[in-house]
Amino acid sequence: MLSFIKRVLVTLAILAVLYALNLVMSKQGLFGFGVPLYQVDLWKMAGINIILAVSLNLINGFTGQFSIGHIGFMAIGAYSSTFATVYYTQGLERWLTGVVGADVAAAIVFTFVILVGALAAAIAGLVVGIPSLRLRGDYLAIATLGFAEIIRIIIVNTNRVGGATGFRGCVDSANGVTCIDESMGRLTIPAYTNFFWIGLFAVITIVVIYNIVNSDAGRALISIREDELAAQAMGVNTTRYKVTSFVISSAFAGVAGALYGHWRLPHPGDFTFGRSFEIIIMIVLGGMGSITGSVLGALVVTFLPELLRQLPGGVYNYRLVIYALLLIIIMITRPQGMLGGREFGLSWLKRSRRLPEGTAAVGASKGVPVAEATVRAEKDVEN
Amino acid sequence: MASTAQKVNGDSPLLADKCTIRFGGLVAVNELNMQVKRGEIYGLIGPNGAGKTTIFNLLTGVYEPTSGDIHFEGKRINGLRPYLISRLGVSRTFQNIRLFPGMSVLENVMTACHIHARQNLLDAVLRLPRFYQDERDHRDFALELLEIFDLVNVKGEAGTSLPYGRQRRLEIVRALATKPKLLLLDEPAAGLNPSEQEDLMNLIQQIRERFGLTILLVEHNMKVVMGVCDRIQVVDYGKSIALGLPHEIKNDPKVIEAYLGD
Repeated sequence: MLSFIKRVLVTLAILAVLYALNLVMSKQGLFGFGVPLYQVDLWKMAGINIILAVSLNLINGFTGQFSIGHIGFMAIGAYSSTFATVYYTQGLERWLTGVVGADVAAAIVFTFVILVGALAAAIAGLVVGIPSLRLRGDYLAIATLGFAEIIRIIIVNTNRVGGATGFRGCVDSANGVTCIDESMGRLTIPAYTNFFWIGLFAVITIVVIYNIVNSDAGRALISIREDELAAQAMGVNTTRYKVTSFVISSAFAGVAGALYGHWRLPHPGDFTFGRSFEIIIMIVLGGMGSITGSVLGALVVTFLPELLRQLPGGVYNYRLVIYALLLIIIMITRPQGMLGGREFGLSWLKRSRRLPEGTAAVGASKGVPVAEATVRAEKDVEN
Repeated sequence: MASTAQKVNGDSPLLADKCTIRFGGLVAVNELNMQVKRGEIYGLIGPNGAGKTTIFNLLTGVYEPTSGDIHFEGKRINGLRPYLISRLGVSRTFQNIRLFPGMSVLENVMTACHIHARQNLLDAVLRLPRFYQDERDHRDFALELLEIFDLVNVKGEAGTSLPYGRQRRLEIVRALATKPKLLLLDEPAAGLNPSEQEDLMNLIQQIRERFGLTILLVEHNMKVVMGVCDRIQVVDYGKSIALGLPHEIKNDPKVIEAYLGD
C-alpha cells in the first residue's frame, strides 16, 4: 500500500514538473521565464528522439537483433494518427468539447490518436517481425531497412495523405480535406503536441522499457542477445520474445511518430533512412543496452549539431565535419558507447562505499528486492 | 551383453527407437536404440566423430531425426523445438561452455528460472505484487542452488570471468535451475585437470542423489565415464556397438577395436 502511495506521489511530481516545463516553453512563459522558440523546438525534438532511441534500444541493445528500420514504424505512427485526426476525430472533438470542455476534449482525442499510431505501428511490427526475425545480423538489418523504405514509398504514392508533399501540402476546403489542389490554403489540424505530452511519453517509454528489461522477460531478452542456443536450452521461446520486443519497440516508435505528426504535419522527407541511422547513432553512442545511455545519446545527437552552429564564422562552415569528427573521437575513445552497457544512476555516486567483492547483491542497486538470505550473508560478513 | 542390458524392463524416462539422422548422403546416427532408466547415470561414449554430439542434439531438439522416434516421459519429442523440450524437463550443458557472458553468476541462474515464471509482461511493466513475489522466489531459489554448489560467494561476478572448472559447475547449476527430470551433460570433463575431474565425478553423484535426477553423460574421458556411470553405451559410426556395465564395456572386444583399430 505504501509503495502504491509512493508511486502516485512520484507520478504527480513528474506531472507537475512537466507542466511547469511546458509553461516555461510556451509563449507566455512561467513567471516571466520563457525559452526562445528555437530552443523549445530543440527540446521537443530531443524528447521525441529519446522515445525513439530508448525504444530501439530494446530490440537492438537488449535483444541483440539489429534493426535499422525504426523510422518506418515512426512513419506509420505519424501518418496513421494524423490521418485519424484529419479525417475522423475533429467531429468527435467538437462533440466532446460540448460535454467536458475544450482542454479535456483535446487531451482525450489526442490520447486516442496516439494510441491509434502506437497500435498501427505495433501491428506493422508484428507483420514485419514474424518473417524477418528469422534472419540474423546483417540480413535482418537489410530486411528492416527495406521495410522502412517500402513504407516511405507507399506514403509518397498515396494521395489521401498528401503524397510527396506530405500532409503539409494538403488543404482544408469547404468540401473536406483535399491533398491535390494547393491553391486553397494550407491544412491545419489542432496542434496538440506540446512539451508536456512529449515529456510525458518520454517518461512512460523509459519506465516501461526499464521495467521490462529488469524482469524475467528482460533476462530472457538479454539471454537471446548473449547466446541464442543456450537461451533455447533454458526454455526461452526465442522467436516469441524477439517478436514481442520488436512489437513493443515499434509501438513506441509509433507514439513518437504520433507526437511528431501533431507538431509538424508529417512529410515523407522526415522519414528517410538517414533518420534511421541517426537513431542508431544515438544508441551506439550512448551505449547499447543502456537506457540512460540512449537518453544521453539522443540528447547529444539532437543538441551537438545545433551547438556547433554557434561556432564563429570561419569554422562555422565546417560544423558538420566537426560533428562527424566528434562522433568518431567518441567512438574511438569509448567503443562500447558513452555509458557502455551500464546505467547511470545513484549507484555511480555510491560506488566508493561498495561492499567487498562478491558480497554485494546483484541488482540491489537497481532497486530489485534482495532475498533475506543475501542480507543475512552480508551481515555475517560484517560480523 | 548388449542384449541383456536392453531387456531390462522398468521405468524409462528416455527412449530412442531406431533413431536415424542423415545429412545428405552421410548417415550420422543409424537406427540407434536407447533406453535410459530413471535415476541412473547413463554414459554415451565413442571415438571422435562417432555421432555422440549429434545424438545429443537429437535429444534436445536441435536436429530432427530423419526416421525413428524419441520419447521422453511417454511423450514423443522428435521435432519439438528445443525450448519446448527443455520445458518438458530435459536440461543440458554444452561441450564448449555457453554461459551468458553479459550476466552475473546469479543472473545466469535466474535466467534459467524463466520456465517457472509466473509473472507476465504486464506484471513486470506495472510492477504488480506478483512481479515482486516471483522475482523474490527466483532469487531465493537461485541463491539456494548457488549455495549448494559453493558458488554463492561469486554471485555478483560475471559468469565468464570464473575459472574454467567453476564455469562448468555454474553451467550445471544453470541447467538444474530449470528443475529438470533428465540432465544431459555434454563432455563435462573436457578441459578439466585431474583434481577438477575428481570434483566433477563427486558432483555428478551428488546431483543424482540430491535431486533424484536421471543423467545422460557424453564423455571422452574414460576415467570419469568408468568412475561415475551405471551403464555405458558405445557408439561408432553412428551405430550402437555395445551396451552394458562399465567393466563389461572395458573388456568388450568390439569397443577395444573401435577405439584402437584393427
